[in-house]
Amino acid sequence: MTFFRDTSIVFRRQLRLSLREPAWVAIGLLQPVLYLVLFAPLLKPIAAQLGTTNAYTLFVPGLLVQLAIFGALFVGFGLIGEYRDGVIEAERVTPASRTALLLGRVLRDVLQVAVQGAILLGLGLLFGMTGSGFGIILGYVLALILTGAIAAAGYALALTVKTEDSLAAVANGVSLPLLLLSGILLPMTLAPQWLQTLSDVIPVKHIVQGIRDLFVGSVWTAGTLWAVIWTIVLVVAGIWIGTRTFRRQNA
Amino acid sequence: MIHATALARTFQTKRGKDRSEVKAVAGVDIDVAEGEIVGFLGPNGAGKTTTLRMLTTLLKPTSGSATVAGHDLLADPVAVRQSIGYVSQSGSTSSNAIAGEEIVSHGMLYGVSQKQATDRGQELFDQLDLDGMWLRKTKTLSGGQRRRLDIAMGLVHDPRLVFLDEPTTGLDPQARANLWMHISDLREKRGSTVFLTTHYLDEADALCDRILVIDCGVIVASDTPDALKRGVSGDLVSLVVNDVADAAAAANTLSRVAEGETSTDGLLVSARVRDGGKAMPDLLRALDASGVSLESIEVRRPTLDDVFLTMTGRSLRENA
Repeated sequence: MTFFRDTSIVFRRQLRLSLREPAWVAIGLLQPVLYLVLFAPLLKPIAAQLGTTNAYTLFVPGLLVQLAIFGALFVGFGLIGEYRDGVIEAERVTPASRTALLLGRVLRDVLQVAVQGAILLGLGLLFGMTGSGFGIILGYVLALILTGAIAAAGYALALTVKTEDSLAAVANGVSLPLLLLSGILLPMTLAPQWLQTLSDVIPVKHIVQGIRDLFVGSVWTAGTLWAVIWTIVLVVAGIWIGTRTFRRQNA
Repeated sequence: MIHATALARTFQTKRGKDRSEVKAVAGVDIDVAEGEIVGFLGPNGAGKTTTLRMLTTLLKPTSGSATVAGHDLLADPVAVRQSIGYVSQSGSTSSNAIAGEEIVSHGMLYGVSQKQATDRGQELFDQLDLDGMWLRKTKTLSGGQRRRLDIAMGLVHDPRLVFLDEPTTGLDPQARANLWMHISDLREKRGSTVFLTTHYLDEADALCDRILVIDCGVIVASDTPDALKRGVSGDLVSLVVNDVADAAAAANTLSRVAEGETSTDGLLVSARVRDGGKAMPDLLRALDASGVSLESIEVRRPTLDDVFLTMTGRSLRENA
């Protein structure tokens, strides 16, 4: 019970701090709108070439995962600020569970992506996205769990490198290939064989593909199953690594 | 309250292919009784902070054992955390956060209810001269206020044992004097045991019942500030005579009570004298009897810097 209480204390503290930043709120809300309004029209004319009639149904799942990845990969910057202010050490000297210290923060990031994702889905439906309601909800949930996994890993990374400069370098280095190889913007089926093979080793690619399948209603397929399995593997690994860094002897 | 035996910490460092071990703390024994204010004194890099981080469960000892506030450090770190307060050098609050909210969240992480944490926090703000700061962003507080906020954060769960890591580093003289008062109040008004690190001699001197001196990872002395100073060097007595002709007679008289060499430099005659204050009346009478005319006389108690110098052959300030 204390575990959930501790998690909720950390979560509420983080949320308060975030909501006090007007820029964070405004940009957070605007981001999904910008993606959809500025990028989707580009896809419309080539939708047929991509093997679909509805560009939004193809594009929105990718955007959802992109929100998850980019919302979560850069969360470590805030943590480095807190580390420098001594907050992490002050929290580590309390009896609170180390996993709670991590999870409270991760849940704030998941909530952020949950709100952004809801706006994205709402606008997508408004602009003409079609699909299976159940599948869309399931895909949305998968994207949120993926956010948790990446945020936890992002915090572990931040506490390991401990400076914004190194974190920026690593996060950018990871995000670009991740973005291109996981077929977020364009499906990997368009790619030449060697690129497809390369992308097969990226777990996020399978998750994106699974979420796309879910959106069009293919719920009970092997692809979806793989997406679920990969998401669970990633979130367990992320929380485990993240807890380890919060517990580590000289973090 | 603290009982540590052979507590040691070794760091592995890697430079290229060379791996080497650095003994940050090479095995220290520490005993602190309930109600004591103990200072942990030493130059930077002596192992002060490393020892403190081990005692506060932030760093695992490589070897050795310790009981802190009645709980075994290695077997039950959570119980240790519950019973101690820790005020680190690097602060404890986010600069964008509201001071009052930070202390309430922090108290709640110790299992205190929101209402209790609020009451305790407001009481502490009151005691630590932070009235009116409850709703302020912490970045708008002065250095001294932020330090006191850190102390309030460390006390919100009413710990019996408080660790302070270099509490006054970077503060101006008024803020330091003010903080010293609050630190002695921790014991006077709350009955807490206090363990603090410092590299300021005057601070250790002013606050502590007992001082542990650490150098190169080993404790080299442990005693009251006065005993340390008395035991090592005696007080420095300096006489200034009116006439150079009197200097020899003055030196002769002084050497009868002196501990070591008596040195003469023009009009100035000086020597180390055990318990200089007590020796003074007799010395003055003797000087008078031998017809020496004095311009001034000064008795300077040895500083902890003198102590450190005689114990380690190095000055504390060179390293600070």
